[in-house]
Amino acid sequence: MLALLMLNILAYMTPNPDKTQIIIHLLSVISQNSAGQFFSSGHTNNWAVLVCTSRFWFNYRHVANTLSVYRSVKRLGIPDSHIVLMLADDMACNHRNPKPATVFSHKNMELNVYGDDVEVDYRGYEVTVENFLRVLTGRLPPSTPRSKRLLSDDRSNILIYLTGHGGNGFLKFQDSEEISNVELADAFEQMWQKRRYNELLFIIDTCQGASMYERFYSPNIMALASSQVGEDSLSHQPDLAIGVHLMDRYTFYMLEFLEDIHPASKTNMNDLFKVCPKSQCVSTPGHRTDLFLRDPGSVLITDFFGSVRKVELTMDAINLTDPIKQMEENPVNGEEQKEVYSYADQLPVSEIIHQKPKQKDWHPPDGFILGLWTLILLVFFKTYGIKHLKHIF
Amino acid sequence: MAEPKFRVCLCMFWAVCPKDDFQEELVIRPLHSGDIYASFQFRTLWDTDFMRENKVSHYRLFPKSLGQVISKFSVRELHISFTQGYWRTMQWGQPFIPSPPGAELWVWFQDSVTDVDATWKELTNVLSGIFCASLNFIDSTNTVQPSASFKPLGIGNVTDHSFLRYATLPREIVCTENLTPWKKLLPCGSKAGLAVLLKSEKLFHSSFHSQAVHIRSVCQDWQCKTTSWELRQTVNSVFDLHNSGQAKREWSLFKMFSRTLTEACPLASSSKLYIDITDNPQGEQFELSPATSLLSQAVVLGDRRTFSVYDLTQETTFGSVRSLNLLIRWKSNEGEMLRPLLHAERYVAGYGLQTGEIHTLMYNNHPYRSFPVLLLDSVPWYLRLYIHTLSVTSKGKDNKPSYIHYEPSKDRVKPHLLEMLIQLPPNSVTEVTVQFERALLKWTEYPPDPNHGFYVGSSVISSLVPSTVAMDTNSTRERPLFSSFFPCKEESSYFVRIYTEPLLVNLPTPDFSMPYNVICLTCTVVAVGYGSLYNLLTRSFQIEEPNPGLAKRIANVIRKMRGVPPL
Repeated sequence: MLALLMLNILAYMTPNPDKTQIIIHLLSVISQNSAGQFFSSGHTNNWAVLVCTSRFWFNYRHVANTLSVYRSVKRLGIPDSHIVLMLADDMACNHRNPKPATVFSHKNMELNVYGDDVEVDYRGYEVTVENFLRVLTGRLPPSTPRSKRLLSDDRSNILIYLTGHGGNGFLKFQDSEEISNVELADAFEQMWQKRRYNELLFIIDTCQGASMYERFYSPNIMALASSQVGEDSLSHQPDLAIGVHLMDRYTFYMLEFLEDIHPASKTNMNDLFKVCPKSQCVSTPGHRTDLFLRDPGSVLITDFFGSVRKVELTMDAINLTDPIKQMEENPVNGEEQKEVYSYADQLPVSEIIHQKPKQKDWHPPDGFILGLWTLILLVFFKTYGIKHLKHIF
Repeated sequence: MAEPKFRVCLCMFWAVCPKDDFQEELVIRPLHSGDIYASFQFRTLWDTDFMRENKVSHYRLFPKSLGQVISKFSVRELHISFTQGYWRTMQWGQPFIPSPPGAELWVWFQDSVTDVDATWKELTNVLSGIFCASLNFIDSTNTVQPSASFKPLGIGNVTDHSFLRYATLPREIVCTENLTPWKKLLPCGSKAGLAVLLKSEKLFHSSFHSQAVHIRSVCQDWQCKTTSWELRQTVNSVFDLHNSGQAKREWSLFKMFSRTLTEACPLASSSKLYIDITDNPQGEQFELSPATSLLSQAVVLGDRRTFSVYDLTQETTFGSVRSLNLLIRWKSNEGEMLRPLLHAERYVAGYGLQTGEIHTLMYNNHPYRSFPVLLLDSVPWYLRLYIHTLSVTSKGKDNKPSYIHYEPSKDRVKPHLLEMLIQLPPNSVTEVTVQFERALLKWTEYPPDPNHGFYVGSSVISSLVPSTVAMDTNSTRERPLFSSFFPCKEESSYFVRIYTEPLLVNLPTPDFSMPYNVICLTCTVVAVGYGSLYNLLTRSFQIEEPNPGLAKRIANVIRKMRGVPPL
């Protein structure tokens, strides 16, 4: 806008022949800027790590929270292979669920956030502090499958969403352990030093959630929480048929906000900060942007929640190579001598009865046995003297 | 049909054409209690060799993820099942494909594998990623190597049991996240054919639900000189009459699955729907609509059953509305259910948190024939079995097993393995009892909800049960899928495998708040005790003037200025 104003002023001020040149020059500068803005976020892929840390049926709302964020993130384009979903307990197929294979977020069962196409990567007892930190830092055992890994690089924007029960400076995992804000900050610093993220958006919906982002010290992290230190995050509404509270207030209003976002929308982070004011949420949501380099007003929601791919147009032509030829197999007819196969006998009674016990592998003697024999030998030689050695051997 | 022409065209371009074939079928069997049993089977046959030097690169009907698993881990046979619920043999009869509650995985490796345990561990991790299940909890503490059970179901001349591993996770939950990747393994996915009926909201709202994947090598033809790989994906479920909220006894595809069939999978060479009408020969018990003239008889589970067949590859099956919604309406309620010849129960007896007793009961309901039964028990290490108290009794008398294999457990390393071959006398109950003692675990070994209890996996009972009709031993004749799962070697008996209930055992649980209590108490005692002692020893008393009033203070200040001693 400023550039256009300057353009108008200059147009009036300069003499005619130079005017067109200046206009063209300024127009090209403007178009380069908007193209630059289009590519300014600097990320090429999106990941999401969504964690629900609570177990037991009455914590249904935490699973519903996580699944509603999962649903929004999938709807806006992040594929399952780029989402690590961790649910500490199973609510959908829980025996107390009157409608199996469903998790509802609105009362009167309006919206089933579980859906028909869900892939949970870590479930049940696997959701532990250790596994969560290993996923973030990438220090997983070599046999871990790809769907359980966060394979991000230095151009990835990662969305991390945590929900559960928390307190001042900690988040409770499964009623038996907790993760502190210092541990979390250190994990993010490890991620930064290993160049595992370009920008990170951290959202937490627990009681006293703001305490969890107080200790962050790595660059490019933006954090949102549902309540300040000393405040509790409250749940939204119970459903009388299911018998538990269905969602937490902050995530409920955030889900309503996200339902209006589509992959091409230009809504920015400032709108997300305004979600769930004190009148709706009862607690005061907080956010932290001092570690983030860009201005939150220029950060699109889809930079984190969606997977908007950048398209580069090229005019070069590429020659395709010849199609791969299938390997010529040796004709099988040449070999006539083939053993005849047969199915194994499922319960060969006589064979089983006369089965020889399998030879156990010989293991070297245990430490205890060795120690015992050494003691006996020592006592013997002490008592009778070493000169008797030649009589024995 | 377009499909065979397509295959022929492919064969023209390449020298060798790996032949693959896909069949799907659904068997619906009404049960006597009013419930209905639906069994889906999807079979892909592929004539290829995964163990070849050059890796197989072109996958058509066979899913690539499973093909890569087979070649990477040198798997000869793989059977994995996820089940929710317990199969009630007395009310429902025998299932076509048995499975225990929770997750069960048993694998036969090729004899080229050198380190079976390491390969097993990697395989369980990879499968946990493919099926979104916590199969990575399978480790040496719940894996056993059966010595006589679980013979390979496919081609096998060598049966060295050191290449077999069996593990079960009775606590594993089955939900939509396990069904989603399972459906993605099918050639048509869940978009066409019988798999459109597999909607999780209805499928999990059932008394019993089981999905399984079975991979093995089978004979290609009657000569059996070449083998092909067979992948069977099965879903068994039993829908409850009262649970689904209906007053009268009437079932339809829409009521069971909330979908109807509109077309067969275009990649399938055969797509059939079978309804068991053996108890309804003249149509006096229930009525089937739309009516069909195709009938088929098959010998399955030792009995000759008659089925009405709907061929979904024919356009006429779908009628003018282009959809098939099968309706079964009951007219009368009589009929005796055939009692299954073999069934088993298991429970824990005893009281308190110190000791207990495991009782396994096996019922032989045949009036005059006795048959052998192989019982496999895998008990976790924290239940210390006292094998000297093992007793097997039938009809009150001691029944000595003809084969016992026992591997004792090692704390935190491996579980107990007990295998016994017992001959069950006719018309009797055989009871196997063994006493155990509960161990106290270290406090970090308890799960987050220890008061729920600890699960002991189901016992597996494999048996050759005498059959009432002659079984078909010709394995390569064209047979419906449900009758060709277990290979049949002799005509007078059929192989059956049944699973008992898993046990839920309470272990003595410590009070987990004790470390916190101890720290608080100790710190308080130290602070109060040591603090007061230190004060007593090191505190010295000094005399201090009381604070003077305001007037005196001002006077003192003036005096100081004048150089006069203060008051």
